[in-house]
Amino acid sequence: MSKATHSLPRTIAAHAVLIAYTVIALFPVVVIIINSMKSRNAIFRTPLSPPTPETFDLVGYTTVLAQGDFFLYFQNSFIVTVASLFFVLLFGAMAAFALAEYRFKGNTLMGLYLALGIMIPIRLGTVAILQLMVASGLVNTLTALILVYTAQGLPLCVFILSEFMKQVSDDLKNAGRIDGLSEYRIFFRLVLPLVRPAMATVAVFTMIPIWNDLWFPLILAPSEATKTVTLGAQLFIGQYVTNWNAVLAALSLAILPVLVLYLIFSRQLIRGITSGAVK
Amino acid sequence: MGSLKIENVKKSFGSVDVLKGIDLEVNDGEFVVFVGPSGCGKSTLLRVIAGLEDATSGNVLIDGRKVDAVPPSDRGIAMVFQTYALYPHLSVRNNMSLGLKQAKTPTDEITRRVATASSMLSLEPYLERRPAELSGGQRQRVAIGRAVVREPKLFLFDEPLSNLDAALRVNTRLEIAQLHRRLSATMIYVTHDQVEAMTLADRIVVLNGGRIEQIGRPMELYNSPANEFVASFIGSPKMNFIDGAHLGEPKAKTVGVRPEHLTVDAKSGAWKGTVIHAEHLGADTNLYIDTEKAGLLTIRIFGVYDAEPGATLYATPNPAKTYRFDADGKTLA
Ligand SMILES: Nc1ncnc2c1ncn2[C@@H]1O[C@H](COP(=O)(O)OP(=O)(O)OP(=O)(O)O)[C@@H](O)[C@H]1O
Ligand SMILES: [Mg+2]
Repeated sequence: MSKATHSLPRTIAAHAVLIAYTVIALFPVVVIIINSMKSRNAIFRTPLSPPTPETFDLVGYTTVLAQGDFFLYFQNSFIVTVASLFFVLLFGAMAAFALAEYRFKGNTLMGLYLALGIMIPIRLGTVAILQLMVASGLVNTLTALILVYTAQGLPLCVFILSEFMKQVSDDLKNAGRIDGLSEYRIFFRLVLPLVRPAMATVAVFTMIPIWNDLWFPLILAPSEATKTVTLGAQLFIGQYVTNWNAVLAALSLAILPVLVLYLIFSRQLIRGITSGAVK
Repeated sequence: MGSLKIENVKKSFGSVDVLKGIDLEVNDGEFVVFVGPSGCGKSTLLRVIAGLEDATSGNVLIDGRKVDAVPPSDRGIAMVFQTYALYPHLSVRNNMSLGLKQAKTPTDEITRRVATASSMLSLEPYLERRPAELSGGQRQRVAIGRAVVREPKLFLFDEPLSNLDAALRVNTRLEIAQLHRRLSATMIYVTHDQVEAMTLADRIVVLNGGRIEQIGRPMELYNSPANEFVASFIGSPKMNFIDGAHLGEPKAKTVGVRPEHLTVDAKSGAWKGTVIHAEHLGADTNLYIDTEKAGLLTIRIFGVYDAEPGATLYATPNPAKTYRFDADGKTLA
């Protein structure tokens, strides 16, 4: 028995597969990072080699940072992502709780309606959204982006979380009711901690498309004060000349914040699993 | 204080009628057990009493006060669940005191009640632990402790022992019996297990398909079941049911004899049959005999009885302890 699980060829094979996958997944990221630290000529001559003392050049980073507004772009991206994430998780979890916990007329229909957005891309409504934002004077504000991204993230969040919330023990919620906890305390103190792993998963899935999005920043908030990183990096991609050093440096820097957020959520994920529900 | 009255309570989920008119009175200090097959509505009735479900119609009165519009926390009840339902993020102490804190009980009063309850249930060494760090039996004791500190008028237990192993179940059963004696509180207890029902109950309520079949003291149910269902539900092994026509009983559709009210003899008796199987339990022996006249019978013999499968035996019922049921299953006098 233990032989089967610990045999050397199996271990090697499993690791080989995992390592191969890791290499393939990390390859583009690594290429971007090493090239961001090379001179322009070296990028084109030897794109795959790491920077050597001759080719090492931080001109990309200095260009990006000298551009001045880049910190602002980062800040904008960060505000938009974190705020949208917060609202998606808050409202999504609340809607999911209502759908999972309460019996009311049209419960199933409401669930389907809320999940509809998974199948219909929000970009189809761009023109209407733009008109709406113009009418409400929200064009070129971060609020516009936060509202749109919240709407974009909610369907999947409601769908996934309501499935998980149905699995939270009824007895636990009822025990809370008998002890006199309000429905809000039951939701925030008893149910949310138990679905934390699912929340972390939803957070990761929601966060990455928001951080990477170019479409809505370009349409709804292209002003200098509200540019996001992805939009800001376009600055260096010209029609005729592209400043590859700067583009690669900007992209490398853009990885960092998502990485940090991801680490936070994945720790939540693991903690959620290990602390476990009590049966 | 601590009486309960249920008046014609009905409960439907959509088009499914789960409770079809329940009337029940529980006196102060009484221990009442609900038994019945799975899905008959025991938990639903308990949740209606607790206020976790609204009855479709009918009234629930606790201490003479109508509580239909009173939230669970203000009904003066406490409930112990099958799955323990402890708050995973709180220590044992905080699990027990949360309800009191919500009710704005003074801190020294909370400390006193938690101390009393935890010494009663030998939980002192675990007060600072989280539920995840306790065994199943300890968790269930914490759940009971959480109910005790509320000092309720009415305790509600929903199959509290069914997740415990056999030995622990006996211990915890004893603890609940002692608790009832010490607190002289009113308790309502749901179980599948008829040993629990017979040993704990002052009165047993037998439910079937959302209706009450019979209410009575354990021995009343055993000795004079109102109908075939109660007769088959109370007692283990189950009562034998024999077609009345086969026995030449014109009035009775079915005749019932408990396994312990049959005697066997190798030479003569009422019903001749062949031994199919014998279960030796030490203190008693269960024989399964296929008889010509009465069909397959279970017979419980006290002590050891050697019988090989295939052997011929005669079974004789105790005439004073046979039951006759009419076509509707009602017991005939
Ligand atoms: N929320 C609900 N929605 C629809 N039907 C329900 C709901 N809760 C219970 N029921 C139905 O009501 C019936 C009685 O359920 P209940 O839980 O009271 O049974 P029970 O007697 O406690 O059974 P068990 O011994 O298995 O616990 C079941 O048929 C069940 O399917
Ligand atoms: Mg039940």
